[in-house]
Amino acid sequence: MSTVLATFETFDSFLQQELKKDLLRFTTAGSVDDGKSTLIGRLLHDAKGVYEDQLASVKKSKVNRSNGLIDFSLLTDGLRAEREQGITIDVAYRYFATARRRFIIADTPGHEQYTRNMATGASTANLAIILVDATKGILPQTRRHSYIASLLGIPNLVAAINKMDLVDYREDVFLRLSDDFRELAAQLGIPSAICIPVSATEGDNIVDASEKTPWYEGPTLLEYLETVPVHEAASIESLRFPVQLVIRPDSTFRGFAGQIVLGRVRVGDPIVALPSGKSSSVRSIVTFDGNVDSAGQGESVTLELANEIDISRGDMLVSPSKQPTASTSFAATLVWMSEKPLVAGQSYLAKHTTRAVKARVTNVRHRVNVNTLAHEAAGDLEMNSIAVVDVETSQPLLFDLYEQSRSTGSFILIDPISNATVAAGMILEVSSGSTTPARHLDSRGVDSSVPVTAIEKFERHGHVPAMFLVPGAAIEAVERALFAEGFETVVLRGDALRRELFFHVFDLLYSAGLVILAGAETLDAEVRVKLQQERADRTVFDVSSIADEVASKELISRVLANARSLRLGTHAEKGE
Amino acid sequence: MSQITTEEVESRDRAGATLLESARQTARLSHLRKLEAESIYILREAVAEFSHPVMMYSIGKDSSVMLRLAQKAFHPGKIPFPLLHIDTSYKFPEMIAFRDAYAKEVGAQLIVHRNEEALQAGANPFTLGTQKCCGLLKTKSLLDALAEGGFNAAFGGARRDEEKSRAKERIYSFRDSHGQWDPKNQRPELWNLFNSRIDKSESIRVFPLSNWTELDVWLYILAENIPIVPLYYAKEREVVLRNGSLVVIHDRSELQFGEEPRLVKCRMRSLGCVPCTGAIRSEADTLPKIIEEMISFRRSERENRAIDHDEEGSMELKKREGYF
Repeated sequence: MSTVLATFETFDSFLQQELKKDLLRFTTAGSVDDGKSTLIGRLLHDAKGVYEDQLASVKKSKVNRSNGLIDFSLLTDGLRAEREQGITIDVAYRYFATARRRFIIADTPGHEQYTRNMATGASTANLAIILVDATKGILPQTRRHSYIASLLGIPNLVAAINKMDLVDYREDVFLRLSDDFRELAAQLGIPSAICIPVSATEGDNIVDASEKTPWYEGPTLLEYLETVPVHEAASIESLRFPVQLVIRPDSTFRGFAGQIVLGRVRVGDPIVALPSGKSSSVRSIVTFDGNVDSAGQGESVTLELANEIDISRGDMLVSPSKQPTASTSFAATLVWMSEKPLVAGQSYLAKHTTRAVKARVTNVRHRVNVNTLAHEAAGDLEMNSIAVVDVETSQPLLFDLYEQSRSTGSFILIDPISNATVAAGMILEVSSGSTTPARHLDSRGVDSSVPVTAIEKFERHGHVPAMFLVPGAAIEAVERALFAEGFETVVLRGDALRRELFFHVFDLLYSAGLVILAGAETLDAEVRVKLQQERADRTVFDVSSIADEVASKELISRVLANARSLRLGTHAEKGE
Repeated sequence: MSQITTEEVESRDRAGATLLESARQTARLSHLRKLEAESIYILREAVAEFSHPVMMYSIGKDSSVMLRLAQKAFHPGKIPFPLLHIDTSYKFPEMIAFRDAYAKEVGAQLIVHRNEEALQAGANPFTLGTQKCCGLLKTKSLLDALAEGGFNAAFGGARRDEEKSRAKERIYSFRDSHGQWDPKNQRPELWNLFNSRIDKSESIRVFPLSNWTELDVWLYILAENIPIVPLYYAKEREVVLRNGSLVVIHDRSELQFGEEPRLVKCRMRSLGCVPCTGAIRSEADTLPKIIEEMISFRRSERENRAIDHDEEGSMELKKREGYF
């Protein structure tokens, strides 16, 4: 065993060093052949972040592309499919530490169809490494990666000018590419951009300064990562405390649990609860390790207030001065992440801080061409497109602009039917004249000016609409069974079944989201045909062929099995 | 053969406690504090958003840390979900004793689930191989337990730094109605905004320790005085060398033909089933020594667990089928 930490005293000093380390999260981007995975593998290896048995497993791997030498890219290409294709296809997180810092790397792929992965990795990063192939120069991809980094608000950009060995470590090549890159960074408004000449395969200027680039006097890549400032200056100093849940173990305690995303809170501070606008002050700041006098950004605490006001998950506690904007409409940049294109006007679910509300995109202002950064006419927003849009929500969001605060300026859009995360959004500005002051909202924070959509009705029912054609004699038993399972049902009888009225009634009930029941025999044959032909997109289950006297077990179980497919996702909000 | 009791370990660590107190104070301001705050945030989000959460409790060091974080997240309330232990029946007896005592101390409800059907049919890693044995006693057992309990969110203590396929895991990991993971169709996860939407019978695995490393876990155990199973501490134990691993022998009936146990000072780096978890030779009988050893060894902790080695990419295969 090593004697580095042989005694408690030295262990203690070791511990002091370990516990003083801060944390830098960074992301990497590069095109397929820029050697990004190799660079990360090299960084992990040379900084001793790779465990020996993982190295052994790479060495014996079947698809080693370096003929017996260590293929550093295999250290990060995790999944089987990727290993077979030799391409990183998703975001992989890597961890390593030096004597100075702990690092989290989000390793993301570089090819075009995976813009969404880079945005994902960039969303939590303080720094981005952009790989530039010295033999190829600044490519459209370089522009794209730098743009996404700036869009996601990464304050520090470093261009690793890679494959310097292939250009004979020439200074003029490096200087030319550096100029090109700085121009790009300036164009994107990135506050800090530096360039480092490296060779990932040879290890030049990754950890140790290379002898082959005597003309380069700047830091090596690792030196830079170890010294770049990690703390972003907060542009907003007032409190933002989104409430995650209410902790109420008994009648004597009622606390609001959450993480402070901006600012600081002290015992006795006045606070305002949004969206209600009610005021109180902080009675105590509770943690498992004892109450504290104050807590700052990033800390997870529980706040007890001086007086009882109605607060639940999704509300935000803020300082009375410099409150966030409360609005149901704003402009945002969207990164579209779904194979299903954006449908303007369709209802999506927006998740913002701890709040989930219905949202729709009312207008696509323009698309951004990620290669040229040119604004283009709005068309369909397809996977990996980026666009500036107008958004309306059913209830107000409590937000700051993304450029001021990543945590209160960001949101995601979720498709309420497929449950997929379809977009990432960054709030750009409040739509002019659209701020919804608290007085326009009723006591529940509901904006009465936004129309109720069909999707919202489906959501409340917990299922989408459908029609069942059942044996007439069994209709009441079937309705009872469906109703007991929580479905909103209606039975069509009498006039409603008349040829001239049927479709009018059917469309109305269907758009209300109900499960409609009709006796199969009572429905006109012509109506049935028309139903099949002209309402082909509607869900109609015909279970009338099941022979039945009253309501057999078989019939009911068939109906319930069909009905189950109508259910929507579990409700995101279950309340406290 | 005598076992170290939790009390003995605690008293030994208490000797160094005073010296460590200042370090513990520092710990409250360190990157550990950031990781802790993030994990608490994740635990609270999942409890707020899912109707039936459960915490996988494997008795190991990561589970112990996750449990402490749960105590912190909901304080002064109780832990608002049960703990679920998937018992393969091949666990170390020290683990079971520790589990029952600790769950009681923390005041959490404990559910223990076994795949009795497979066990009665004689499932074991020797004749079935580790893949099939894990499939029956862990993965199937887990999926059955989750279905029986109607759980739609399950916390797991997995860390992304453990293994390559885990490096790509989301914090909220979507599983289809068969509990399966599709690494090519994961939901993008941005900022700290998690998508909790699922349909009936689908579920989410939630990983609050995603961003922790092995060293973070040990430092936190030290800083927080978290009890761990005595098997982590080195002592002389009866072992045999089997397939390159040191296998601890509790009973001579576990011996295979020709094997002769001997006394070796050793400990476990990670806890699994007796037949598939190797010990390492070690002198580390206190937490500081364990941390020191960890740093000097620089071997990933799963090296001595046979299950990840049976096929390259085997963890990914297991995860696709529903394993944690």
